[in-house]
Amino acid sequence: MPIAHGISKCFIASVTITTSLPGEHSELGQKESGSGVEIEDLHYAYGAKTALDGVSLSIRPGRFSAVLGPNGAGKSTLFALLCGLIASSEGRIRVLGIDMAKAPRAALSQMGIVFQQQTLDLDLSVAQNMAYFGALRGLSGNEYKRRAAHGLERMGLAGREQEKVRTLNGGHRRRLEIARALLCEPHLLLLDEPTVGLDVPSRTALVEHVHELCADSSLTVLWATHLVDEIWPNDDLVVLHHGRVRAAGAVEDVLDRTGSTSINGAFTALTAETKPAESTEAATS
Amino acid sequence: MTAMRFHYLVCLKGVIWRESLRFLHQRERFIAALVRPLIWLLIFAAGFRSILGVSIIPPYETYITYETYIVPGLVAMIQLFNGMQSSLSLVYDREMGSMRVLLTTPLPRWYLLFCKLIAGTLVSLLQVYAFLVIAELVIIDLPPLGWVTVLPVLIVSGLMLGALGMLLSSTIRQLENFAGIMNFVIFPMFFLSSALYPLWRMRESSELIYQICVLNPFTYVVEAARYAIYMEFNLKAVLVVMLCTVVFFALAVIGYDAKKGMARRAPA
Repeated sequence: MPIAHGISKCFIASVTITTSLPGEHSELGQKESGSGVEIEDLHYAYGAKTALDGVSLSIRPGRFSAVLGPNGAGKSTLFALLCGLIASSEGRIRVLGIDMAKAPRAALSQMGIVFQQQTLDLDLSVAQNMAYFGALRGLSGNEYKRRAAHGLERMGLAGREQEKVRTLNGGHRRRLEIARALLCEPHLLLLDEPTVGLDVPSRTALVEHVHELCADSSLTVLWATHLVDEIWPNDDLVVLHHGRVRAAGAVEDVLDRTGSTSINGAFTALTAETKPAESTEAATS
Repeated sequence: MTAMRFHYLVCLKGVIWRESLRFLHQRERFIAALVRPLIWLLIFAAGFRSILGVSIIPPYETYITYETYIVPGLVAMIQLFNGMQSSLSLVYDREMGSMRVLLTTPLPRWYLLFCKLIAGTLVSLLQVYAFLVIAELVIIDLPPLGWVTVLPVLIVSGLMLGALGMLLSSTIRQLENFAGIMNFVIFPMFFLSSALYPLWRMRESSELIYQICVLNPFTYVVEAARYAIYMEFNLKAVLVVMLCTVVFFALAVIGYDAKKGMARRAPA
């Protein structure tokens, strides 16, 4: 169960946690069961700068959960910890029931990750970028081809396999990164501010795409953002500020508890503090 | 177990394939890798031949031209530059984010870094053999069998210099800082070695510099290659190179460790 950490304004919504082990799924979107993400009392600091200060939260499986926070809130640090790029000796992360500290590779094999920074090889083609990532995940032959074709089609990139990534616009590059992340048929899709640098139409389309993906396949999606309009009314929401969880739960519950009528209002109420934001985001970018 | 082994192999193949593609796309890098040693061989060596005599020293059985003497040093130089270039690309990958894709692969981190090391070494072999072909056509005569006997040594030395580059890349935060490191690593390593002049010549000038050359691992890279080209085996040189490979790689793995190394400073 999530734990509040000494902030008077803070509240944590109760969130249902499924504790079963991740289920088998033969194809993307056909999971039978699975737990989400559980984080307990997670701390992280860059030297003297605290980035995460006792973060505890639970992410429900099969849901689109947005981690909302201003720059410097600790979102990127949280994602880096979730995907094992960095490790903390304080706190615990369980991804789909797997302890990240004990079995990071087992947890990673269940994850698709889209980083805030674009991570494609611009001089390689769409197909070559997919093939490289497939190889990293141990995919080859017909199985790789099937998954790659399915992923590209799903993200609207079918027929563009031979195009150099450099020629794609920002929105399509992001779609390619998502298609690539889906190659390993993950149970959990992590996206760290994936709309950064995109124009409004591309951003809107990407948000819709991932929401559809989540709804169609019961994929657990964890989406970091600082933009409230990327969050839909039936999503789950985690508000992160100064490295602490200010609220977590269904959007509706967060609105009720803050007495707000909009996510923006709730976000403003939850993050309106006099303490200046520490520039931990700068250290993570 | 078999599936896991398959994953390891496919991953290695994928990393090598990507590095090769990137290398092929960077024609300037390939040309630079060839032009640099050829300038030393065709211009620098021509000038030095008249003023620098090389007495008969092992593995040579007779007097040799200066061009012949510096070929192993230039071969090692290609690998040194390639090792540093690979580490530069690691820093670039980290800044551009693609290193994160590699490091979030569900395989042991040391293995992922080892894959990068192997890929970089193979790229260096391509450069070395291209250089040797041109050198053979233009100016020197190498023993035919030497082309084969030098290969295992080139692999080990490529791994050592790649591991050194990897270690350096784990300590560098930004690309801008890399130029300084290049100057502080490449030039001292190259000039304080037996690449351009025999160590006995160096000793005549300065005992201190001679001792530094003896302590420089690059000297052993050069000597291992020199002996191997002439189908001889310099055990001491090869052992030093192997030991340095292990030490540099182990330190690089620590440098890239999620809890200790560079990732702690630049996670996102």
